[in-house]
Amino acid sequence: MNDDRPTIPDDRSQPEPGLTPDPAPSYREGDLIHTAPEFALADADVLAAQRGDIIAGTSLWRDAWRRLLKNRLAVFGMIVVAIIIVASLLGPFVIKKLTGMTPDFIPSSSAGLRSIPPFRAPDGSFSWTHPMGTDNQGRDLLARVLQGGQISLMVGIIATLVSLLIGVSYGATAGYLGGRIDNLMMRAVDVLYSLPYIIIVIVLLSVFRSQTARGQVILLFVALGSVSWLTMARIVRGQVLSLKNQEFVLAARATGVSTPRIIFRHIVPNTLGPVIVYATLTIPTVMLTEAFLSFLGFGVTPPLASWGTLATDGIQNIGIFPWQMVFPGVTMALTLFSLNFLGDGLRDALDPQGSRQ
Amino acid sequence: MLRFIIRRLLITIPTIFVVITITWGLIRLAPGNFYSGEKTIPPAIEKNIREKYGLDKPWYQQYGRTIWNIVRHLDFGTSLKYEGQSVNSIIARSLPVSATVGILAYLLALIVGIVAGSIAALKPNSKRDYASMALAMLGISIPNFVLGPILVLIFSLTLYWLPPSRWNGFPSRNVILPVLTLSGLYMAYIARLTRAGMLEVLRSDYIRTARAKGLTEMQVVIRHALRGGLMPVVSYTGPALAFLVTGTVVVERIFVLPGLGSYFIQASLNRDEPLILGIVAFVAITLLLMNLLVDIAYAYLDPRIRY
Repeated sequence: MNDDRPTIPDDRSQPEPGLTPDPAPSYREGDLIHTAPEFALADADVLAAQRGDIIAGTSLWRDAWRRLLKNRLAVFGMIVVAIIIVASLLGPFVIKKLTGMTPDFIPSSSAGLRSIPPFRAPDGSFSWTHPMGTDNQGRDLLARVLQGGQISLMVGIIATLVSLLIGVSYGATAGYLGGRIDNLMMRAVDVLYSLPYIIIVIVLLSVFRSQTARGQVILLFVALGSVSWLTMARIVRGQVLSLKNQEFVLAARATGVSTPRIIFRHIVPNTLGPVIVYATLTIPTVMLTEAFLSFLGFGVTPPLASWGTLATDGIQNIGIFPWQMVFPGVTMALTLFSLNFLGDGLRDALDPQGSRQ
Repeated sequence: MLRFIIRRLLITIPTIFVVITITWGLIRLAPGNFYSGEKTIPPAIEKNIREKYGLDKPWYQQYGRTIWNIVRHLDFGTSLKYEGQSVNSIIARSLPVSATVGILAYLLALIVGIVAGSIAALKPNSKRDYASMALAMLGISIPNFVLGPILVLIFSLTLYWLPPSRWNGFPSRNVILPVLTLSGLYMAYIARLTRAGMLEVLRSDYIRTARAKGLTEMQVVIRHALRGGLMPVVSYTGPALAFLVTGTVVVERIFVLPGLGSYFIQASLNRDEPLILGIVAFVAITLLLMNLLVDIAYAYLDPRIRY
């Protein structure tokens, strides 16, 4: 891991593997150099820039963003994830406007009270009403998949935030305090690592089963978040170990800043790169675990539905009505696929030397 | 080395008891119990049952008795749901099923994953590389409870090649689909890890030396590169074992296999306390011991690591 990476005054001095150095800037006389106002350049700097000695406005984040855009798979992932998030949030409203279908609408006529194939009306003729078909009760599958996306994404994101909160605080504290406390805290993480945590989550979810669907989702946030922070804690600790002896920490300590403040205001912001990368990769893992728990009957409960529960319902009828499983399953796989590519791309962009896996 | 093993064992034993205590505590803290089901039992009968299983004693006596039985006789008591069957006999009966599927799946994943990862690493950024890595990413992204039914749909319900479910002893065609379903994820992970490890090793000096000696590409890869390049795969074995347990639960549910996972899910739903505790403890012990073995193997394979 590159120790002075977070401050990056000039990463040109150590060209990273697999990256071609940027071409020398070709500023011509009279070109306007765009910079943020607080970094407005003095005349001498502009002259230096024109000679090609310094490059204006290359921050770590802008650099990473450019690298990310070069990675086609990551861009693909980013676009798909964006589309799925927007579709899950707005889709149900749009569908209601277009076809009048809501996720809970059960048709009253007996003709519609069965599973209809995609793009078919109840009488078998072509129709736009149900692009993904309907489920056993005749509910529109597209509307249900989009609404299920809200729950799946929400579980993924909030549980990841919970794990972020625990993992970053734990790892930063262990790394900064060091010595015996660090040893003890990380040994505890080692021990937790080797436990069959999913088994414990199942016990937790089955004995504390909530009466309401909302309560069950909140229980899921806590349960999934509280078991997925271990790797995050390790990553943050490693970062903090390499940061804590740098001058800016020394300066903060010398000016009498309290320890918690040093950890959370001075050190943690500098670990953001790897943390973002790992958080992006945690979201699909958590979503997969949620689906897995829902499949076993411990996850999201009706009337709420996630992709996991929809696919599980579909599995019951896979031989007769395959679309009931295929659409939620494929939507979910596509989302996880894209999130994984985005996470991989972010890792390559933000942490070029750490991209080992 | 011996000191390392002894030290690790000394940590492992308290860990197992922490797991047992946490599980025990979770079950006890939660509202309700095995008897608060849908059908109400007359108070007199419930009292008798409670006496029989020692549930009328204060909690510390119950805890003490549970721990004592485990320490003294490795006895986890009798199941509440499956009357008259000891937890030990249920584990002994269901373990072979889970272990067979798990071990076969892991072996398959190792073979396919290492081959695919090496092929990708030998020609980085080629079409071959992209194709196998995209395939691996797909393997990571498809939940196994979706993969399983899709395989059933193709091979059982459409082609009629393989039986869709049930257990039929080890060498039988019933094993194929569960093993394929379970191994998908590990195949993908191992392929990615192998590729990353091999890419790093193939750049190193000793590989250049091997090539300069005039060894064939095959010899370079198999004799020299694989040993170093597979280190990440070895260290993944620990987490893989933990995930294998998770995966088995799903696969046993899909294919209706009478394995450890099926019993565990049933026990959780029934709040069959001794059975939950027994399976959790058994899995924890197995995992911790396996992790110890992996660490020893790691030290043996990589002479730079000394504990």
